[in-house]
Amino acid sequence: MMAQRVKVDNGPLHGLWAITNRELKKWYKNYVLLAMSLVQPILWLGLFGKSMNLGSLFTANALNIPGLNIPKSVIDAFGAAVMKSTFGTSSYFSFLAVGMLAFIVLFTSMQSGMSIVWDRRLGFLSKIMTTSVPRGNIIVGKALSSVLKSLAQATIVLIIATLLGLQYRSGVNVLDFVGMYVALFLMSLGLSSIFLMLALRSTSWESQMAIMNLLNMPLLFASNAFYPVSLMPGWLKPVVEVNPISYANDIDRQLLLGSTGMNSLAFDFAFLAGFAVVFTAISMYMSWKYLTK
Amino acid sequence: MPKGSISSWVSKVTEEVQEKKGESERDYAIVAENLTKAFGSFVAVDHISFKVRRNEIFGFLGPNGAGKSTTINMLTTLLKPTEGTAKVNGFDIVKEPAKVRQSIGVVPQEYTADEDLTGWENVLMVGDLYGLPRSFTKQRAKELLEMVELTAAANKKVENYSGGMRRRLEIAMGLINQPSVLFLDEPTLGLDVQTRAAIWSYINKLREEYGMTIMVTTHYLEEADAYCDRIAIIDHGKILKIGTPRELKEGLGGDVVTLTVSGSVDVAKKAIAELLAIEADDVDPTTIRFKVADASTAVPKLLEVLSGRGIKISRLSITEPTMDEVYMEYTGRSLRDEEVSSEEAFKQRATIRRARS
Repeated sequence: MMAQRVKVDNGPLHGLWAITNRELKKWYKNYVLLAMSLVQPILWLGLFGKSMNLGSLFTANALNIPGLNIPKSVIDAFGAAVMKSTFGTSSYFSFLAVGMLAFIVLFTSMQSGMSIVWDRRLGFLSKIMTTSVPRGNIIVGKALSSVLKSLAQATIVLIIATLLGLQYRSGVNVLDFVGMYVALFLMSLGLSSIFLMLALRSTSWESQMAIMNLLNMPLLFASNAFYPVSLMPGWLKPVVEVNPISYANDIDRQLLLGSTGMNSLAFDFAFLAGFAVVFTAISMYMSWKYLTK
Repeated sequence: MPKGSISSWVSKVTEEVQEKKGESERDYAIVAENLTKAFGSFVAVDHISFKVRRNEIFGFLGPNGAGKSTTINMLTTLLKPTEGTAKVNGFDIVKEPAKVRQSIGVVPQEYTADEDLTGWENVLMVGDLYGLPRSFTKQRAKELLEMVELTAAANKKVENYSGGMRRRLEIAMGLINQPSVLFLDEPTLGLDVQTRAAIWSYINKLREEYGMTIMVTTHYLEEADAYCDRIAIIDHGKILKIGTPRELKEGLGGDVVTLTVSGSVDVAKKAIAELLAIEADDVDPTTIRFKVADASTAVPKLLEVLSGRGIKISRLSITEPTMDEVYMEYTGRSLRDEEVSSEEAFKQRATIRRARS
């Protein structure tokens, strides 16, 4: 066996891609898992997105109020105006489909914590800890893999939504899509870091599941994913306004649908970037501190 | 494997040693000084000091909860000692953990390979985690898988491997970074007899052909006896005894020799007293028994003397003390009955289950 003096990469990023790549391989090489994670957004969009068709409140059955003889064209125009002013687009499906992007990213990001619990239980974690891989990279590598998975799923959502009739704003261009991916990337990175951090010392996947189940619906409904902030009760608004999901949605709707946002794009991006940087940094610090006992 | 390349690895290892070591430490791969780990008020490892020589197989024996794994975890930088320190390959485990990690290989007790990946992918991944260049990792992974006879199974998913194959894969994964010290935690747990022998033959090969130092924990006392150069018995966080298996067994007072003579028992007893300065006990009118440090050299001499004095031996038996007895002597309990924490038990059961799948 050749013994060699090898140039070893001791840089701060070595091993990062190895960890990300491992997680991705576990995903795309498991065809059942891959198929399920790609079919899931299709089901959500098809069932949820198409059945909750608020626009048809005004158009499906001609409104017939006794004593008033309102022409259908007036009702149609009225309905479109209500939809436009409420959702920022006259198509509720488009509003929801864009919310669905953040929704699928949230769900995939939340699962990131599970992998570290299993790695700890099965001993894989203690194996990588004996190698010279920088501790922070264990967390960031796992977070990156869940970011990439969730972006892949978001892409499927976008394609399906387009096929089902998502109405883009006129003049939508490549840069808008780049902006959308950046927003989702930042949101996913921050969320994945949070859920990995929660799982750092955990050996119980049950408690990890409980945390996920406790947080997923509140995070989703306390955001603008399905419903505009302007119609929410006053006490809920502050929650929505710190929820990163709202910011990703705000960016995506402004870029893709041309809605009037709750904030300027610059503010939204700054908020999400801050969110991602802060939680990634905290999770890296925590993994240096708590992965070594 | 060409002989020249083996010696170049050995010389690389030696070179590293000479570069980084002071005079007195040159001969030791591991030097622990007052190494201590406390979890709250519970002291898992209590001021232990020991040295492991280069190129030896050093066994760590003790019941679960004795501090074995805690010690290994400190030496492999998974745990920080609360007091004291150790040098591995000349690097301080507290001050230079990154350098320690680069220079050691670890084969943990659990099966750590990712079941969803192939054996080949697992070995490559570990190489990447060490920051080794891919071209080097690929070449070395090929050689290592060949050494542990997994070349044919390299592209199969690990979930299809048998327990023995998995353990061999773990060994390959632990060697990818050309370590000069290898830590093996229970390498043969749950494996069948032939596989255990095969694993030990790899370990011996690593020591003899590649000049590696190997620190190993095991539950199987007969394995420690047969394969370790030196053994440390540890219990309640303290090292009770260190020595070669032979020294430990001789420490019990030696081998038991039982003689049945046709002729005078008294003449035989007198001869034994003269020759070995030992008083033999009567078992029955024609049988005597005595303990001697090294029966294999003492008994032939004795037989010569006895036949010279006209005493015939009708039956002779020599019983060597076993490691079991040594272990009982120092820890006061048998290795079989022990208590384990539930998490530990889960891991061990999982390991054994997978070993047998």
